[in-house]
Amino acid sequence: MTDNRFFNRSELIGILLLAVFLVVVLPLTLDVFRLNLVAKYLTYAFVALGLVVCWGYGGILSLGQGVFFGLGGYCMAMFLKLEASSVENTKIQSTPGIPDFMDWNQITSLPLFWKPFHSLTFTIAAIILVPGIFALIIGTAMFKRRVGGTYFAIITQAVAAILTILIVGQQGYTGGINGMTDLRTLKGWDIRPDHAKVVLYFFEVGCLFVCIMIAQFIRHSKLGRILVAMREKEDRVRFSGYSVANFKIFAFCIAAVYAAIGGAMFALNVGFMSPSFVGIVPSIEMVIYTAVGGRLSILGAVYGTLLVNFAKTSLSETFPELWLFGLGGLFIAVVLAFPNGLAGIWGDYVQPRIDRLISLRKPKPEGWTDSSVADGAPAE
Amino acid sequence: MSDEETKGLLSPLRRKLLMGIAAVPAITMLPRASFAQSPATSAINTTGLAVTDTEVTVGILHSATGTMAISETGSIEAEKLAIEQINAAGGVLGRKIKFIQEDGASDWPTFAEKAKKLLVNDKVAAIMGCWTSASRKAVLPVVEQYNGMLYYPTFYEGLEQSKNVIYTGQEATQQILAGLNWIAKEKGAKSFFFVGSDYIWPRTSNKIARKHVENVLKGKVVGEEYYPLGNTQFNSVINKIKLTKPDVIFTDVVGGSNVAFYKQLKAAGIDLSKQALLTISVTEDEIDGIGGENIAGAYACMKYFQSLDNANNKAFVPAFKKMWGEKTVIGDVTQAAYLGPWLWKLTVEKAGSFDVDKIAAASPGVEFKGAPEGYVRIHENHHLWSKTRVGRAKLDGQFELIYETADLVEPNPFPKGYQ
Repeated sequence: MTDNRFFNRSELIGILLLAVFLVVVLPLTLDVFRLNLVAKYLTYAFVALGLVVCWGYGGILSLGQGVFFGLGGYCMAMFLKLEASSVENTKIQSTPGIPDFMDWNQITSLPLFWKPFHSLTFTIAAIILVPGIFALIIGTAMFKRRVGGTYFAIITQAVAAILTILIVGQQGYTGGINGMTDLRTLKGWDIRPDHAKVVLYFFEVGCLFVCIMIAQFIRHSKLGRILVAMREKEDRVRFSGYSVANFKIFAFCIAAVYAAIGGAMFALNVGFMSPSFVGIVPSIEMVIYTAVGGRLSILGAVYGTLLVNFAKTSLSETFPELWLFGLGGLFIAVVLAFPNGLAGIWGDYVQPRIDRLISLRKPKPEGWTDSSVADGAPAE
Repeated sequence: MSDEETKGLLSPLRRKLLMGIAAVPAITMLPRASFAQSPATSAINTTGLAVTDTEVTVGILHSATGTMAISETGSIEAEKLAIEQINAAGGVLGRKIKFIQEDGASDWPTFAEKAKKLLVNDKVAAIMGCWTSASRKAVLPVVEQYNGMLYYPTFYEGLEQSKNVIYTGQEATQQILAGLNWIAKEKGAKSFFFVGSDYIWPRTSNKIARKHVENVLKGKVVGEEYYPLGNTQFNSVINKIKLTKPDVIFTDVVGGSNVAFYKQLKAAGIDLSKQALLTISVTEDEIDGIGGENIAGAYACMKYFQSLDNANNKAFVPAFKKMWGEKTVIGDVTQAAYLGPWLWKLTVEKAGSFDVDKIAAASPGVEFKGAPEGYVRIHENHHLWSKTRVGRAKLDGQFELIYETADLVEPNPFPKGYQ
């Protein structure tokens, strides 16, 4: 287990299977509408991935990932909204050339902080940096003072609530509760037609795999092992001479940036951004995705997100008035029966059988051990 | 047939006569029957909508769950009632209406997703749906992109007009101006205090109201306050109201906040039988939660009250209660939602087609004489001509009609001088 490779063999198989599933199976079997829905689900998978690093490995439970999802999403939406608010598109307004919600709120010129979002380069930088720096500030303020655990979770919730109130209250600058709707083009390229949705889907899946690779790298590096050690016995790591706070800040920032990328993808794929993704409820939902997938498993996070969202869509289509009960029941069942989520089911029931099958065919496979369970499983 | 009856028909001449008479209604039914058999599906549905020889599918898209469910349930019920009544009367162009209900879950992106599902997957001929402005704003780009038809029931802020939407509620100027005129004349009101929830509809409505008060009524707005949706602490604004002593409190607080607002107003000793209060956001549905004793005496300004005394409404209210229970109340938006399926049916029959483009073009001028609010007609801008009414809340949770405009008020979603 001292190898520093990105992944061992079973993980490689898992990643390849996921790639085949997302790149080949889904696009071939689903129509564009459903594929676009999968693209929407996958935007949450970014958040769930970040939570695996931050919560699963680092043991830092953040109930405010919606904040970063929202910041990333709003940065992207601001760029798209500016492009959609050209003078000719908005000539019906009292002040043409500014976003429609500003006009409704009697704002007559574009606010200063909106102006840089005319540039796509600035926007992309902002998607990463704004949430990253924000997480750095929160993280530094909290972890340097050794605030952790439940208290940290509560504070992240408070931040989520504050940001929602801020966005809703400043509707002249943010679109308020309506959010930013009617996003149309990206550098003149229409993001609404079907073929654009397909292109965006593949772009998103590509980004997702880059993020998965980075998460794999973190997990198998020394850094990842320090994170796990910290989760299990923080004091010991501290007494060994490591700066626990810095590692925690790092994990939190990674999770924030992942969430922000998800948010930006959301704005692109759905053509929409609203404060309903920023608040406490969506933030907790994002934790649920991770929990269902298994908070220790990188791939589990992706499957968990897909499963929960798929269940949400299909249950609500079939039982429009009762679906929330069904969904709630599903969560309770999963948490009670399988505390390690989908990844737990896989590790406990499916993987051993596959191993047995392989070992039957090819006696005594040496050179690799199943470290996915070993270095991920909690100490108890 | 019994023996006695057959004996009565024994005379051949009599039998012939009787048969002739019996055939008369059958003959008069013939043209109608052939009309009901209707044109071929291929002729009236050229864009691949979900229309068969016997059925046409429409979508119902409201929040059945979440914070808005309490408001939107009435709309769902009204739309289902209208669809049932239309089917009982023979359907649309000889086709029964089938509906697919989707849940927007009080979540705007979900609304957009479900609207897309209804249009792309289910190919519905029309969508009855949305409630809040935010959900409409989320659905609008989808409806325009996939060329659907949306019937939107809520009174709203205006500043919008779309080929693909029929607005069956009132836009802001239609709802507000007549009410302000009435209260200025009737109560001699000169000073107004605005309290609203903090989002686009109250803000735009108050903007219009302020311009009207200042420029037309030559009055004064002595305060304007906004609170987040769901806020339950109104003590500070109530203190300000007590200090400024406005002639009229003008409110557009929405949803659950209303319960806290009116209870605290009463607790602070503001007696609504002496202090004039004009609301544009409290319907019978909201009073159900607020409690009649907390709001009795307040004036509401909209286009429909359950207590309206006309023949259409006298048929509508019992039919609604029969389908959904004696205890249900019917508010302004519920009635407007009921108009949706009917207006769509009338428009389809006028256009002779289910095609959205033809319906959009045929909509202006369509009139519905069976509307519970009396009579409505679709304007060129896809809003409705309707009367504006002022009602006074009573202890039993109903409104007593105090005033209604003599004529239909023209919808004007882009009011000059009010922007």
